[in-house]
Amino acid sequence: MTPFTRLDARAAPLLEANIDTDQIIPKQFLKTVEREGLGCGLFFEWRFDEQGHEKPEFVLNKPEYKNAGILIAGENFGCGSSREHAPWALIDFGISCVIGSSFADIFTGNCANNGLLLVRLPEAQVQALQSEAKGGNHIFTVDLEQQTVTAPSGASYRFEIDPNLKNKLLKGLDAIGETLQHEGDITTFEERRKLIQPWVAA
Amino acid sequence: MAKTLYDKIWDAHAVASSDGDTILYIDLHLIHEVTTPQAFAGLRTSHRPVRRPDRTLAVADHNTPTEGQALGVAGVKDDEARLQLQTLERNAKDNGIEFFPMGDIRNGIVHVIGPEQGRTQPGMTIVCGDSHTSTHGAFGALAMGIGTSEVEHVLATQSLRQKKAKNMRALIEGTPVPGVGAKDYALAVIATIGTAGGTGYAIEYAGDAVRALSMEGRMTLCNLTIEAGAKAGMVAPDQTTFDYLMGRPATPKAGAWDMALASWKSYFTDEGAHFDHEVTIDASQLIPQVTWGTSPEDVVAINGVVPDPETFHDEAKRAQVERALDYMGLKPGQRIDEARIDRVFIGSCTNSRIEDLRAAADVARGRKVASHVKAMVVPGSGLVKAQAEEEGLDVIFKDAGFDWREPGCSMCLGMNPDRLAPGERCASTSNRNFEGRQGRGGRTHLMSPVMAVAAAIAGRIADVRDL
Ligand code: SF4
Repeated sequence: MTPFTRLDARAAPLLEANIDTDQIIPKQFLKTVEREGLGCGLFFEWRFDEQGHEKPEFVLNKPEYKNAGILIAGENFGCGSSREHAPWALIDFGISCVIGSSFADIFTGNCANNGLLLVRLPEAQVQALQSEAKGGNHIFTVDLEQQTVTAPSGASYRFEIDPNLKNKLLKGLDAIGETLQHEGDITTFEERRKLIQPWVAA
Repeated sequence: MAKTLYDKIWDAHAVASSDGDTILYIDLHLIHEVTTPQAFAGLRTSHRPVRRPDRTLAVADHNTPTEGQALGVAGVKDDEARLQLQTLERNAKDNGIEFFPMGDIRNGIVHVIGPEQGRTQPGMTIVCGDSHTSTHGAFGALAMGIGTSEVEHVLATQSLRQKKAKNMRALIEGTPVPGVGAKDYALAVIATIGTAGGTGYAIEYAGDAVRALSMEGRMTLCNLTIEAGAKAGMVAPDQTTFDYLMGRPATPKAGAWDMALASWKSYFTDEGAHFDHEVTIDASQLIPQVTWGTSPEDVVAINGVVPDPETFHDEAKRAQVERALDYMGLKPGQRIDEARIDRVFIGSCTNSRIEDLRAAADVARGRKVASHVKAMVVPGSGLVKAQAEEEGLDVIFKDAGFDWREPGCSMCLGMNPDRLAPGERCASTSNRNFEGRQGRGGRTHLMSPVMAVAAAIAGRIADVRDL
């Protein structure tokens, strides 16, 4: 996993509430057996019309947001399907941080496992950031070490993050490797359960 | 200390804590073709074996066409879908995982198969790379949807790193009027708490209306929990649960059954256990529920009207409603039962079990699908299909003008050939009415199987009680 430390990037505002993972990456892109290359399907139905032409009015198609590395989202972003293709597509597209007031549970876990930082801020601060993002070619800074988001105006907001998740993101740690350090515990657990629940052990 | 059902299962599976997470042992891991190829690839790259292939079961469901399954995978026309199905088969075989291939009578939608085979049991932890894994909570199991990295994690370690959720209880009380059931309860719960209302919670469904539900009904209810934002929904096991499980292929037999039963009976919420949040639904006051918009919380009673954006003070909400109405091709304030439909889909892991098909067939018997409507019934598994055919339900459906198909996810998500054309309006028993979910530009109205049949016959969204 790529470590996340600090990001200086443009931010694109996409403020509708309840954006589901079917919108982030529609089903026709789920047939892949790869993780890479999904950026082309990101927000596909919103980015492209039926002929495959870019819809100029969609935020990520506007010149000032083309290379956005940050998305400023509405509440409950990432609800719906568990598809991890959603964070894969965001990352592949170049977005490694999403700022919003709330995120769906499964999506949150999937982002953590891919080094995509979700920044939770109160609604008012999200809106303040969004109005700055509407300005144009401005660079936002997300500093995970300091837990701050700094807007082009200089306004800076501190966000909370679970210290273990922070550590994991900063170092790009592999969750499986971490868990396998407890392999002995897992084996002991299995042995014990074999005795008390023999019918499941079969 | 008094514990909830969720607390009990959690405590019984906590292996260790690690960096603020609990390592939770997983009893059953269900896998399917769409969310696993990258997980197996990850294992190969890091030379990690599958820890417990015996606790893992693979099915082919999302991509499978619902006709011509006898031709096998080679007969799947879509190259990418075929490759994904073959990849699953190879991964299962290479790792010694039991696999029900397409066309096997035991195959079907993953959330129909687990219970049907008796793999899903009370007190278990169950995961699958699919958000509707919450379905299995109907048996008093802790069942959650996970992402592909977590699938890889479970394959490698037979455990999942989790933080404990809060407890919510949804009490559903009272006796419903005929024509109202589990799907209506679920939609009412989502409408009450909203699509994000359950975020961070595990929801336990209780109350006499839940007790009165069959296992199929409880599965429908738990299935839709994720649409309220909660990863897990559950119902404490009782005699209904045990009766359903007895004699299924993977349930314990003879002496082991008694032992299992004694253990299963300990999975209930203790008197006085604490819930962080509680909601109550009066089932006796409900009439059939349908959705009008593009989020499962956009629910209206069948005698109701589509909302008018002007009545919302919140600007964001108003814009959202306007957008949904525009996408759905509906007028503010119009009666929902005036919406003319083009398609009907009876199926999906929400409503494709034998009881759903029986209820639907009861309404369809001796009636005809409106001439402008294309309607299909897709059983949840090969075994459901066989059972339905034995009972003659297929004949009832076909006589009424329904298409009778082979099992799979079908038009629930439009990854296979079954999908809506742009602008088509569908009465659907599935679980998501998101934009484009059933096909680009498709318009989905969620409802129960009996209401979907009523819509098929009337040619518009209709109240089954008027038939
Ligand atoms: S039927 Fe629909 S919701 Fe259920 S597993 Fe299949 S695609 Fe997912």
